[in-house]
Amino acid sequence: MTDTNDNNDPSRRDFLYITTAVFGATGAASVAWPLIDQLNPSASVSALSSIEADISSIPEGGSLKVAWRGKPIFIRRRTKEEIEMAEKEDSVDLPHPEKDLDRVKNKEWLVVVGVCTHLGCIPIADSGDFGGWFCPCHGSHYDISGRIRKGPAPTNLEIPPYEFVNENIIKIG
Amino acid sequence: MNHDYQYTPKNGFSKWLDKRLPLMRFADENLLSFPTPKNLNYFYTFGFILTMCLVTQIITGIVLAMHYVPNTSLAFDSIEHIMRDVNYGWLIRYTHSNGASMFFLAVFIHMFRGLYYGSYKEPREIIWILGVVIFLLMIITGFMGYVLPWGQMSFWGATVITNLVATIPVVGEPVLTLLLGGYSVDNPTLNRFFSLHYLLPFVIFGVVILHIWALHVTGNNNPTGIEVKDSKDTISFHPYYTVKDLFAYVVFLIMFCYFIFYNPNILGHPDNYIEADPMLTPAHIVPEWYLLPFYAILRAVPDKLMGVLLMFGSIIVLFFLPWLDTMKVKSARYRPLYKIFFLLFVIFCLLLGYLGAKPPEGIYLFLSRVSTIYYFAFFLVIMPILSRIEKPSPMPIGISNPAINNEVFDSGGGTTGTPSYAMDSK
Amino acid sequence: MNIFKNIIKNNFFILFVIISVFNTDVDAAEGIALKNLKPGFSFEGPFGKFDKDSLKRGYQVYSEVCSSCHGMKQLSFRNLSQPGGPEFSVEKVKALASGYSIVDGTDEYGDPIERSMLLSDYFPKPFGSKDEAKAANNGAYPPDLSLIVKARVDGYNYLYSLLKGYEEEMPDDLDIGDLSYNPWYPGGAIAMYQPLYDESIEYEDGTPATIDQMSYDVTNFLAWAAEPTMEERKRLGFVVIGFLVVFLILMYLSVNRLFRDVH
Repeated sequence: MTDTNDNNDPSRRDFLYITTAVFGATGAASVAWPLIDQLNPSASVSALSSIEADISSIPEGGSLKVAWRGKPIFIRRRTKEEIEMAEKEDSVDLPHPEKDLDRVKNKEWLVVVGVCTHLGCIPIADSGDFGGWFCPCHGSHYDISGRIRKGPAPTNLEIPPYEFVNENIIKIG
Repeated sequence: MNHDYQYTPKNGFSKWLDKRLPLMRFADENLLSFPTPKNLNYFYTFGFILTMCLVTQIITGIVLAMHYVPNTSLAFDSIEHIMRDVNYGWLIRYTHSNGASMFFLAVFIHMFRGLYYGSYKEPREIIWILGVVIFLLMIITGFMGYVLPWGQMSFWGATVITNLVATIPVVGEPVLTLLLGGYSVDNPTLNRFFSLHYLLPFVIFGVVILHIWALHVTGNNNPTGIEVKDSKDTISFHPYYTVKDLFAYVVFLIMFCYFIFYNPNILGHPDNYIEADPMLTPAHIVPEWYLLPFYAILRAVPDKLMGVLLMFGSIIVLFFLPWLDTMKVKSARYRPLYKIFFLLFVIFCLLLGYLGAKPPEGIYLFLSRVSTIYYFAFFLVIMPILSRIEKPSPMPIGISNPAINNEVFDSGGGTTGTPSYAMDSK
Repeated sequence: MNIFKNIIKNNFFILFVIISVFNTDVDAAEGIALKNLKPGFSFEGPFGKFDKDSLKRGYQVYSEVCSSCHGMKQLSFRNLSQPGGPEFSVEKVKALASGYSIVDGTDEYGDPIERSMLLSDYFPKPFGSKDEAKAANNGAYPPDLSLIVKARVDGYNYLYSLLKGYEEEMPDDLDIGDLSYNPWYPGGAIAMYQPLYDESIEYEDGTPATIDQMSYDVTNFLAWAAEPTMEERKRLGFVVIGFLVVFLILMYLSVNRLFRDVH
């Protein structure tokens, strides 16, 4: 009672099975995506992925520390002398050479991630030998442009993505 | 069971592995070439469906546990966080909650199949007993899982059911306090339920392994209830039953997906979308639908302790099935009397489910009592009696052989020779 | 065909039984059990979508009428601009949010700092605690509305009927004291005074704000609020079940082909 036509035609039989198998594999693979994507930041976390900081009340020479994505951000309003010093030191032999102008959008305001690039401690403001920050963990010194000058840290303090919404508000992230 | 076929490793790597850890041999003998009766119908696909249900619940459950917080002040909100903020959180949550319902639907069909075809009878008693253990573990797991969202039904269902422990004389109250970790269902209860809810599915998984192992020792039963005699009666599990199981699973999945995507809350209770309030009792406390029959039995009896004993008894009695129904003819296909009582049993079980959601008064209470009596009578009275007096209808000689067996049925205890349908296959 | 009959019959019969049992289960109140009005909402059915304009109007009703007593703590302002909802523009939502203030942290003297709300903040709470809410409302707690549509049987139709229900004439022999008469509320006597009157608010889009219109819009809004991902759910459902049906056909053909030579 076997249907000899179909059973003796391997290509037809295999085609059905192969198509079915491919379909099944695609289905099984697409089940994986939601299970992986749920690990990504949820909407409530993403909502906090950028913050706005009000800088209107920071005096010259003063600074503001805000939390962004779990990390401290130093917002420093630099005095004229500090800006001059930062620009002058462009030509010094720096461990991680960077021009001050490349690190700021508005010379008056320095915005850096306050995490030491060595092993992650938070540097202390207005300390160290270079007029900027000093990291107490292993002795890294940063200047008033946030550049590493002395110590084990390999790179300058990171500049986060930010923009001036207006002259009073900086949006970070 | 057919041992004619032997696994032989084909290539160098397979030979090397086979000498050290025979994984391929194991897979081949149990999943691929395993000789399976060739006449299995779709009721026999629910074992695979259940395994898929367990895997689904475990995977979605582990993912949910990455976002859920088992603390009374945060639990409800954490689930809303999953539903609203976590990427695909709504999908994973609805899969898990509806998956539990699907799991129980499948297990009921699977158990009814066993009852109908006599799959619990000699030599498969252990398979059945392990199955009842799995069923019990599923109920406990499901009960604890339902508490976790910390809605009104979560809290009050937990309160009602845990209070039943207090009905045990002498030790009831201290045991209840031990269970709760306090004097009422509260944070300690929630925390430990979360831990145990995470643990038990893996215990279930272990018992499932034993369940399948025991099955592979005796071989599958089949719709005729007549044991496999030789290789003419069987076909290899792969590709026939792997493909058939997968087909059945896809049908099952379509129904499952209907619930997830188009009616995700219909099997639940709206009150569970209200945060638990220990100071406000809902108008009607009802468990999830799959526990309704047991709830009906519990409330059928006026005495609290008796109700508890009968409720647990309704599951305990299942353990004794192989010794309550001892008729050598396994399958209801050839048992005209048993078929009728079985059909009645199914109807009364469905009725009990319906009654579990109704207030225990008036006609509902009366019907609950009738149904409970029939439930126990079916196992404790009808089965033993039928074992002794039932005459089977004409049976074939074997799975492959449709010729009618004219041998006189030997009704229990006789030594007039072993009828062919009772012969163990080797 | 045998193959289909068995498996489909069993699964869908049981499915049918379950759904029938659940759908006929109406929570009857003592004495009064009015059937809910069913105006028909655009989000109903397997291809349902929310009416965005109605959602926008519904939010207006909520924020101008209901929010003085009812919180919606699961909702955040950013939800108002996400796809699948009222889809206000981000600027509009920022403006809406900044109209509310929230205490966030303390200053160097330990005093609370107040700032205006952002997109990431949740809807403001009308009361500090449940007890405060009860005290301000004659001992009755105005429930949080985030999930109210899912927390009631036939939620959206019930809500719509309830909001319009104040217009019903109370039977003369009924004494309900301080409460308001509403035949859709279980028991007939509800603690909430009639919240909506014709022209209670002025819709921004100019639609006439009748009781019926506001009831409809706010119900729409609350249905979305209870499940903001509904549109995505139904859309994905179509894709998944469509895929499974095709796969089912392939599997059916495979099973048939395989078992042809088994007897």
